[in-house]
Amino acid sequence: MSKQITVSGLDAYYGSHKAIEDVSMTIEPRSVTAFIGPSGCGKSTFLRTLNRMHEVIPGARVEGKVLLDGVDLYGSGVEPVSVRRSIGMVFQRPNPFPTMSIYENVAAGLRLNRRMPRSQTDEVVEESLRGANLWNEVKDRLNKPGAGLSGGQQQRLCIARAIAVKPQVLLMDEPCSALDPISTLAIEDLITKLKQEYTIVIVTHNMQQAARISDRTAFFNLAAQGQPGKVIEMDVTTRMFTSPSEKATEDYITGRFG
Amino acid sequence: MTAIEEATPIQHVSPRRRLTDLVVRVLVYLAFAIAVVPLVAVLWMVISNGLARFDIEFLTHSMRNIGARDAGGGAYHAILGTLEQVALSSLISVPIGLLTAIYLVEYGRGTRLARSISFFVDVMTGVPSVVAGLFILAFWILALGMPFSGFAGALALSILMMPTVVRAAEEMLRLVPADLREAAYALGVPKWRTILKVVLPTALTGIVTGVMLAIARVAGETAPLLLTVFFTDSINEDPFNGPQMGLPLYVFDQAARPTDTAIDRAWAGALTLILIVMLLNLAARLIAWWRSPARSR
Ligand SMILES: Nc1ncnc2c1ncn2[C@@H]1O[C@H](COP(=O)(O)OP(=O)(O)O)[C@@H](O)[C@H]1O
Ligand SMILES: [Mg+2]
Repeated sequence: MSKQITVSGLDAYYGSHKAIEDVSMTIEPRSVTAFIGPSGCGKSTFLRTLNRMHEVIPGARVEGKVLLDGVDLYGSGVEPVSVRRSIGMVFQRPNPFPTMSIYENVAAGLRLNRRMPRSQTDEVVEESLRGANLWNEVKDRLNKPGAGLSGGQQQRLCIARAIAVKPQVLLMDEPCSALDPISTLAIEDLITKLKQEYTIVIVTHNMQQAARISDRTAFFNLAAQGQPGKVIEMDVTTRMFTSPSEKATEDYITGRFG
Repeated sequence: MTAIEEATPIQHVSPRRRLTDLVVRVLVYLAFAIAVVPLVAVLWMVISNGLARFDIEFLTHSMRNIGARDAGGGAYHAILGTLEQVALSSLISVPIGLLTAIYLVEYGRGTRLARSISFFVDVMTGVPSVVAGLFILAFWILALGMPFSGFAGALALSILMMPTVVRAAEEMLRLVPADLREAAYALGVPKWRTILKVVLPTALTGIVTGVMLAIARVAGETAPLLLTVFFTDSINEDPFNGPQMGLPLYVFDQAARPTDTAIDRAWAGALTLILIVMLLNLAARLIAWWRSPARSR
């Protein structure tokens, strides 16, 4: 299920503005990779280039290569839609579909793409909700609107929705930044559990969170405002947090800037 | 520091602020009353005058063979005509208007084509209804040689309805958060399915309300019908052939006659028109309620 991502020489633009420059890295399967760095250095932009969500924004484009187990996602003839089916995404703000019930939200990815018998959908919905540690809280109200859940539950609902289509990689853009500490812990537990099966990439502003849950960490930074963001350093998380090799990384981790 | 100390004691509302509050409050209520007076007056006039002839005969009979001074007669032919004309014009303008709005919001953003469409929609909004009627008269009936018909009237009405539908739908589609579209794309849902299954259902309530307002607006139009549907006192069930009647025409026609019985029929026709529009609104509310996610909460 889980696959490796290899990025080489990737630049991303918004119109004529270059947001990230020359990013190369390898993201290992069955592990959690965290992106840290100050606001505006291109973490979200880079994350969205990994499942071709970047190009959804008018004028946005990408140069470089992203290989998923050797297949270039930006190669000619690759369907962005199929890329997004194998690389799922969870957003900063929980965004369940307001017109749909909890059940329909989880089933959305399946139902919106192809017909599936009800019994099979039932199965996937339960499996995904259990996978997202939400089943026990919602099993009695699957037909209620997803928007009626608490923020933390909504975010887990979005995770359930993302894993229901059985992606190989799960991208998360600051999934806990809108949540209270208890919900954050619930999501962190969930991420630790999910990494048995998925390749997980998470953007976080929370150093402790990166230290707690990630195996490898990449530090992004930009030289100055208006300059493109770059990867300054990428390493095993424990080493990164104890003995970073770059001065800028150390300054950021110890809270001297950013 | 001193500023803080001065501000700290809790004070009573000063008489000046009390007075201002009172004056503004009275003004607001007054404005509301003034706005409501015409509405209530119109409703009261129409209901009290219309009830005299609002009976079964009125709803089931036409004006065929009713002499100039005869009592009786009804508006069945006009009710039928209005329903058919409004349904036809909705059938024409809702799909076109909705698709235009979808293009403007989802596909054409910032392109020159979208900007020019937007411009022409604005121009169309300002077209006086009599001009829409004249256009159909000149183009459809005189140039192409088509007969006067309910359909010709529906064409004229849809010219008036289309820009309203486009604007209402556009507004509602823009209100759908980009988040939701992205959430669907991220699940690997193609754009057209996202629009169909996520964007449109989310905007549905607002779009239905907008369409109803557009219908209510054209249902009462008289001038374009005068030029395209013509007049008849008989029932014509076929909207594609021959003169029809419409409720606004009926009211216009009856109100111009000198007898009291005709004036009563005009009021009853106006009452019927208001009731039809209200029923349509009620239906829209029901659809909105039935589709609303809050229902099962
Ligand atoms: N939709 C957009 N249009 C134009 N520029 C954008 C857009 N989103 C982000 N940017 C720019 O790209 C840069 C990187 O932003 P982002 O990837 O959101 O950073 P981060 O997630 O690290 O805070 C910023 O300079 C930002 O202004
Ligand atoms: Mg970000």
